[in-house]
Amino acid sequence: MQLEYSIEGGDFSHAGFASSQVKRVLKQLNVDPKLIKRVVVCLYEAEVNVVAHAYSGIIHVLINTNEIVMKLADKGPGIPDISLAMQKGYSTASDKVREMGFGAGMGLPNIQHNADDFKISSNVGEGTNLEITIKL
Amino acid sequence: MTVDDVVKTLNLKVFCGEEGLSRQVENGYTSDLLSDVMGHADAGSIWITLQSHINIMAVASLKELAGIVLVKGNKPDEDTIRQSNIEGMPILGTDLEAFEITGRLYQLIRSA
Repeated sequence: MQLEYSIEGGDFSHAGFASSQVKRVLKQLNVDPKLIKRVVVCLYEAEVNVVAHAYSGIIHVLINTNEIVMKLADKGPGIPDISLAMQKGYSTASDKVREMGFGAGMGLPNIQHNADDFKISSNVGEGTNLEITIKL
Repeated sequence: MTVDDVVKTLNLKVFCGEEGLSRQVENGYTSDLLSDVMGHADAGSIWITLQSHINIMAVASLKELAGIVLVKGNKPDEDTIRQSNIEGMPILGTDLEAFEITGRLYQLIRSA
């Protein structure tokens, strides 16, 4: 099964929409609740990153019998130094985003912690791609 | 213990999401960082925070929390209230600071 969602940069009122849709589908498929929790944390953090940093993004979620793969591709400023972005507490979020309780530099580490496999690549001035895999 | 029991014992205001007052309360979590709550709060927790914008609803509902308590007299935004009522996720309020209401909730849950 494949699901697709689009995200608009800056649109915080819809951040989490894809995560809640995917959660609903996985529940209907009787996926282990522990795995659903990990999927939801990963996808929500990834969604918020696109909203907070990029101009737009597309999410593809592939659900197979043995794994769930979430691919996020955004158009945005990209990440110049990925190893720095992966560090807990490092963030380039604006003051406005921080005041909302985002931008604490916890998103990417949260994804890495919950994913079985996590790939991130980025081109400065073009955008960032994530591939998050959770094994069933 | 239900959310309603907590409301009555700690004298909390109920802003919205009344449908969820019968939810069971298992634990509590105090934080204003949404990623912290996403990463660490347990399902069935009451979340104590000063954040009042709509994104608290996404976090609370994705994490299957029992409810949210806004501290220091903060009130939920209009769109937050709307979403809370749709999802039946109670948003409660107190004039107390996070430190004090956390202490009271901790005592209540641990003595139950």
